[in-house]
Amino acid sequence: MIELRDIHKSFNSHYVLRGVNLKVEKGESLVVIGGSGSGKSVLLKHIIGLLAPDKGAVFVNSTELSLLDEEGLKEIRRKFGMLFQSSALFDSMTVWENVGFGLKRHTHMPDREIKEVAVEKLKMVGLVGVEDEMPSALSGGMRKRVGLARAIAMKPEILLYDEPTTGLDPIMADAINDLIIKMREELNVTSVTITHDMKSAYKIADTIAMLYNGVIVATGTSVEIQNSADPVVRQFIEGRAEGPIKIEGRNR
Amino acid sequence: MLIKFIEFIGAVIEKPLLGLGRIMLLLGSTLKGIVRPPFEVRNIVTQMLQIGVNSLPVVLVTAVFTGMVLALQSYTGFKRFGAEGLVGSVVALSMTRELGPVLTALIVTGRAGAAMAAELGTMRVTEQIDALETLATNPVKYLVAPRFLSGMIMLPALTAVTDIIGILGGYFVTVLLLGSSSKTYLRATWDYLEIQDIYSGLVKACFFGSAFALISCYKGFYTSGGAEGVGRATTGAVVYSSMTILISDYFLSVWLFK
Repeated sequence: MIELRDIHKSFNSHYVLRGVNLKVEKGESLVVIGGSGSGKSVLLKHIIGLLAPDKGAVFVNSTELSLLDEEGLKEIRRKFGMLFQSSALFDSMTVWENVGFGLKRHTHMPDREIKEVAVEKLKMVGLVGVEDEMPSALSGGMRKRVGLARAIAMKPEILLYDEPTTGLDPIMADAINDLIIKMREELNVTSVTITHDMKSAYKIADTIAMLYNGVIVATGTSVEIQNSADPVVRQFIEGRAEGPIKIEGRNR
Repeated sequence: MLIKFIEFIGAVIEKPLLGLGRIMLLLGSTLKGIVRPPFEVRNIVTQMLQIGVNSLPVVLVTAVFTGMVLALQSYTGFKRFGAEGLVGSVVALSMTRELGPVLTALIVTGRAGAAMAAELGTMRVTEQIDALETLATNPVKYLVAPRFLSGMIMLPALTAVTDIIGILGGYFVTVLLLGSSSKTYLRATWDYLEIQDIYSGLVKACFFGSAFALISCYKGFYTSGGAEGVGRATTGAVVYSSMTILISDYFLSVWLFK
């Protein structure tokens, strides 16, 4: 369903991705793990065409994104829903207007119906009675869930999660994990999640891929990754400061 | 030596040229966003209110006091050679040709331009602009085009108000405070003011309105680096817009009044 072929990307002189190859099958839940600043977000942004690779190609349903014009890219993006790390809710709009944004722009539904759909999606993510609030009045966990409701409002085939549990308390983080699993079961979506939260990764992933030094260094099921002998993977999943992965800015 | 020199020149002009190129590309997609349906009516109306109506009080105060001080100063000067009857024309010509468009543009830049840069900058750093794209919405069309169009339309409208209020301010000082005759002031205004003066002032305003909106949106749209970046974008928006207004004013004057 999604394929990344030899993706290279650099910003100014900073080389972030150095030939990433990745495949996601329909209905699969892929989790990409990697340290902060390893280029996970950059990778995710390539999948939905927010960034274009310097070299290599991204395919979604066998369509190469870089060959699409603006309209074509728009069309492809309607297959996607994305949950941002900071939720990225529009702070000038109420919660239901946020959730119904896609419907308002891409359908001819009247506002009343859009609001009904928004309330229903909010209920799906466990939020009731907040539709008329402004996003600034909500807690971090609630904002994440509103962001998720917005991402699923247009019935996407693919959901992208950018560090869905970062910045949340452990209970809320687990609630978000449950929601990610629920979305997959109920909506039958393909999902790509990037995270450095290993607990979350083990829980939601069919496949885990590790990004290190701009390339995918390991791919496998949760169990395979947990039993991996690769020292880089071991250091990361065990969360040790000492090992082959050096901490940026630290004197050695 | 020569190569070093050329490298130096290149390094100096690379960044401004890059910025100029990007701003022109933004202008291109903005214009495309304005003329292509669907039209962002709701956003355009909101922006027109933001720029036009909300700027009105501060524009009015600026206009009336500018007209007043202009009348006061020229009256004092003109009296020395007995030409105080011409105060009306000085106020009218200065306001319509020069002060009306330029002062209004500077005031609105400080208000609406800074707000545009801060708002778009915040939307950029909190990923709201990316979110728009993932919701299959072109952010330039949705955010920049309405602001650009509103600037282009509302600045001439505000300038027209400034012109009238400035002339009234001049009237107030000359006639009511300094005791000149009302008839003389009004005749001096009417006799020397040509439609060309008003029209060229409004053309300037239209250009200034487009320029400040484009520059402010550009600064906001390409913000990076968190809260500090938003601050930099806002400052940059006001500084570059004001400079553009003041510098282009000279060249527009040369062109319009040749």
